[in-house]
Parts: sequence; C-alpha cells; structure tokens
Amino acid sequence: MLTTLRDLLRYNAQFRIGAILVVSVATMAGLSFVSPYSPIDTFVVAPDMPPSPAHPFGTTSRGQDVFWHLTFAIRNTLAFGIIVAVLSRAFSLTIGLLSGYKGGWTDRVLMSINDTFIVIPLFPILVLFYFVMRDRMSWTALALIMALLGWAYDARLIRSLAMSLKTREFTHTAVFSGMSTREILVREHLPYVMPIVFSTTMNNMNWSIGLEVTLSVLGFTDINAPTIGGMIYWANQHTAMVAGVWWWIAFPVVLIVMLFIGLFLLAVSMNEHIDPRSRLQRMGAGGGT
Amino acid sequence: MRSYAKHIARRFAQFLLVVFIGINLTYVITHMTPIDPVEQSIAAVTSFGNTSPEAIAMMRQSLRELYGLTGGPFEQYINFWRRIAIADFGPSLSAFPTPVSALIARALPWTIGLLVAATLITWTLGNLLGGLAGYYHDKRSLNVLAVIAIGLHPVPYYIVAFVLLVMFGYVWPLLPIAGGYGMNMEQGFNVPFVLSVLKHSILPALSLMLIGLGGWFLGMRSLVSNVVSEDYVVYAELAGVDRRRILGSYVMRNALVPQVTGLALSLGAIFNGAIITEQVFGYPGIGSLLVSAVYAGDYGLVLGVTTVSIVGVSAAVLIIDLAYPLLDPRVRVA
Repeated sequence: MLTTLRDLLRYNAQFRIGAILVVSVATMAGLSFVSPYSPIDTFVVAPDMPPSPAHPFGTTSRGQDVFWHLTFAIRNTLAFGIIVAVLSRAFSLTIGLLSGYKGGWTDRVLMSINDTFIVIPLFPILVLFYFVMRDRMSWTALALIMALLGWAYDARLIRSLAMSLKTREFTHTAVFSGMSTREILVREHLPYVMPIVFSTTMNNMNWSIGLEVTLSVLGFTDINAPTIGGMIYWANQHTAMVAGVWWWIAFPVVLIVMLFIGLFLLAVSMNEHIDPRSRLQRMGAGGGT
Repeated sequence: MRSYAKHIARRFAQFLLVVFIGINLTYVITHMTPIDPVEQSIAAVTSFGNTSPEAIAMMRQSLRELYGLTGGPFEQYINFWRRIAIADFGPSLSAFPTPVSALIARALPWTIGLLVAATLITWTLGNLLGGLAGYYHDKRSLNVLAVIAIGLHPVPYYIVAFVLLVMFGYVWPLLPIAGGYGMNMEQGFNVPFVLSVLKHSILPALSLMLIGLGGWFLGMRSLVSNVVSEDYVVYAELAGVDRRRILGSYVMRNALVPQVTGLALSLGAIFNGAIITEQVFGYPGIGSLLVSAVYAGDYGLVLGVTTVSIVGVSAAVLIIDLAYPLLDPRVRVA
C-alpha cells in the first residue's frame, strides 16, 4: 500500500498534482480548529474590507473574515462528501459483489433497480425533498438521502469486477472448502475490489459535493451552517459581485474548484494504476498527459 | 428480427420500472414529510392578507383532495397515480389559476431544445476529438485539449455557469446573460425572434458543453487507444488501408458502442445540469420553473416538475436504447 503510494507520487504527475491540491484543501479545513472567530458569529470584523495582511482573503458584507470562514466552510463540505461516500460505498459494495457473484435472477433484479437509480434525475428529487422538509432540512438528512441515491453507478463497476473474480480458481477452492457466500464475498473478493472502491470514492465525493454546493447556493439546505455553497448563497444575497466585493465569491469558488480537480485527478490516476494496460501504454508513450 | 423485438421488450420493461420506482420515490418523499404540505400552502397564501375562516376551510378541503390526502392509505396511493397518469397537478398556487400542467408545457420546449442541442453537439464533438486524440496519441494540440478537458470535467455545472455569468455579465458584457429571448419581443417564428433565442442560448449551452465535452473526450480517448491495439486494426494498417478510413470505420465505430450506452446512462445527470444552468441564466425552462416554485411554496408545481422530469428522462433513455441496434448490428442478428 505504501509502496504503491510512493510509486504513484514519484512516477505519476496527475497523481502528484491531485495529491497536492487535495492536501492543501484539507490543510485549509484543518486550520478551522485554530480559527480566532466562531463560524456562526457575524459582524466580528469590519465588513467589505478588501484582501489585506490582516484579512488575507478580505471580509464579507456580514462582517466575517473570508479566510477563516472559508476554513469552516470547506471542513463541513469535505465532511459531507466523506460521509456520503462512505455510506454509499457500503451499498454499492454489497449490491455489486452480490449481483456479480450470484448472477442469474438475483443479478437481473438487482441490476434493473441499479439502472433505475442511474437514470432517475436526482436534482428535482432532492429539491422536492428540501421542499417537504423545509426548516427541518439538515446536513445529516441531506447526506443520508444522497447516500441512498448515489450508489448505483459504482455498484455496476464493482459487479463487473465481481463477475470475473467468480470464475477464478481461488473462488472455486473457497466454495469447495465450504465457505459461505458472505465469507467468500468479504474475505476473498473484497480485497480485490478495494482499489476500485478507493477511486470511486473520489468520484462519488465530487458528485455529492457538487450537488450539495448547488443546493446550498440556491438556498435549498440549512443555510446557516457554513459550507462553500452557503458562502456563495450569502454573497449572492448581498449582491457581492455588483457591490464589488469579488473576494467573497472568488475565494470559495477557487477553493472548491481546486478540490474538484484534485479529487478527479486522484481518481483518474488511480484508475490508470489499477488497469495494467493503460499503465503500460503510459510508459510506452513516454508519459504524454 | 426476433432478438430486436426482445431488445425492445426488455428496454421497455426497464422504462416502466424507472417510472414506477421514480414516482414511488416522490410519493414516499411527499408523504413521509413531518410537515403538512396543505397547511404549509395555506400559510403561504394567507400570509398575504386577511382571509376569512370559511375561505380557509374551503381551501383546505380542496387542497386535501388535490394532494390525495383524503381516504385510507391505499386510496391515497391510487389517487396519486391517477393524477400523474392524466398529468393533472391542479392549479398552480403561485400563478393561480393557471394549471400546473400548462406552466410545465410552456417551459418544456425550452428545456428540451437547450438539452438536445447542447447534448448532441457535446457528444459528437467530444467523441470526434477523443477519437482523434486516442488514435494520434502523440499530437501535441490534442494533448493540450486533454489537459483542458481534465481541468473542466470535474467542476459542477453550477460553478461553470456561474463563472461564465460573472465573466460575461460583469467583466466583458458581450452576450445576454438572462432570459430566453429579448425583452418585449413578440414570440413567433420570425427571423429576429429566432436570432434572439439563439443568442440567449449561447451561454447556457456553452456551460453545458464545457463540462460535458471532457467526459466524452476522455472516455473516447481511452476506448480508442484500447481498440487500436486489436489485431484487426494492425492487420488493416499492414494491408495499407487509408488511415482516415481505419479511424472512421474500424476504430471509432467500434468504440462508439459503449459511448452510446454511456449517453443513455448519463442522461439523468446531464438533465440535472441543464436545469441548474437554466436557473443561473434565468432561462425560461423547467429548471427555472422548479426553483421559483420552491421559493413561492408551490407544492403542485414542484411535484409536477419532478414527475415530468422522471418520465421525460426515462423516455429519452428509451429512445436512445431503441436506436442502439442501428449502431450495433449484434443486437439485430444475434
């Protein structure tokens, strides 16, 4: 595991850039623990101040320091992505492994449901969810429903791997030595799909954070919890662009774009690392992109 | 021919399943709410002024029937489906007394137009460029394109649309940033109106394309670079077949098959993006309708847009699935 990480860092530029971006965003989130201001307090500093040594990213019209507020926002946004990713991994692993291993009717039924969740447009459903929940809409409720809706694409990927694992020699050995289906899936197959689970985690985080940002920019979440989308929402409410308070919007946008590109690069380079064909081609091609 | 019929039957069953599960999902969400939607709607309406208690009681009664909250659980469920089957979501509360279905019907062509045009252009262009990049993998310009694609692809629709809005709205006001056509313009099929519609659609379409392009580009590039090493391609190259013909009819055609499946699978996500983009640019489609319905507390309209979206997207997927055998003859003959 550690050698893989070292190799990736040394030989794969995409992974390196992705790691740098994600680590710097995570450091930013970590800084929230030493913030001199509380995230819920407003008007603690002079409003509408441009970036200066005292306030490196300026201050908002609500009298918050953009830099320190951003540390809380990115921490919440990251935590949201991680929670959704971990929960939805549990679904996609269970369904993917079971569907691929069992085959037949189990597979057909599970994959029909799976394809349904891939196709259904989630945004209107999430908006409807907010509409009926209104003030009771919380961060946890949103994370839960997104985990329930966001497992399908990766379950299909895991299934295709499980299908090929099923025909391998060691699976037959395991069956003949009397292991139960659950044991085979957890002890024999799970380790093989873990690499792909890691790379889908990154993509899933991109997906869930993207939707969360969108929903909170529109004000369809708990707008009082500091998140990246929430910051843009308040900036829009105060018409920050028209008022010339560009730093209120620019810094959150830059930070979130860094996170998206970083996570995506990690996912892409890990995928490439898992698939030996593309790894070979990369070496042969002399590392073009 | 029989296998084609089987393909159609299977896809149609999947379409019905998507609609069934999707509508049930909306039913569960709307009925598991801790808040009474009827009381909420009444509160929204009565907050504007004095309403007599009798009028409120009447409104409550009609809303209860409208949202199928009368009768037993089974009766409610049947009523819910009956309303959706005849596309009757009652009058809109925010645009009273216009029926919800009329509002949606007015907005739908805008969304479909934007979505179909942007998706077709993005898919074709992305696959074409991706195919070229996979086949001529040492071309510098194509590799630069790959870097741009990787940089843009993971950014969510809202952020790209928003950045475009800021760029063309504040920094460099070149294109219209709001609405679907020029203000005070008579809607009709004449040259100035069509031009105005096209001009207004540039930014929304561009933001959809900027994000969509990367996915198809990267997907096609890796597919093509796998197909290129197949024996039949090597054979064709040794036999001296024209390179362009190899790329067009041997490599790309085979690599396109999974990309069509990919289009069907990602249509839901593209639709999400389209309605988000619409909201940013104030485009008069169902995305803007949905968001303003939420702000206005219009329950029937939100429910209507959600169900229409589910049925619409799954119908579009069905159409792609039915066209699939045209590209992949194995479905026709096998």
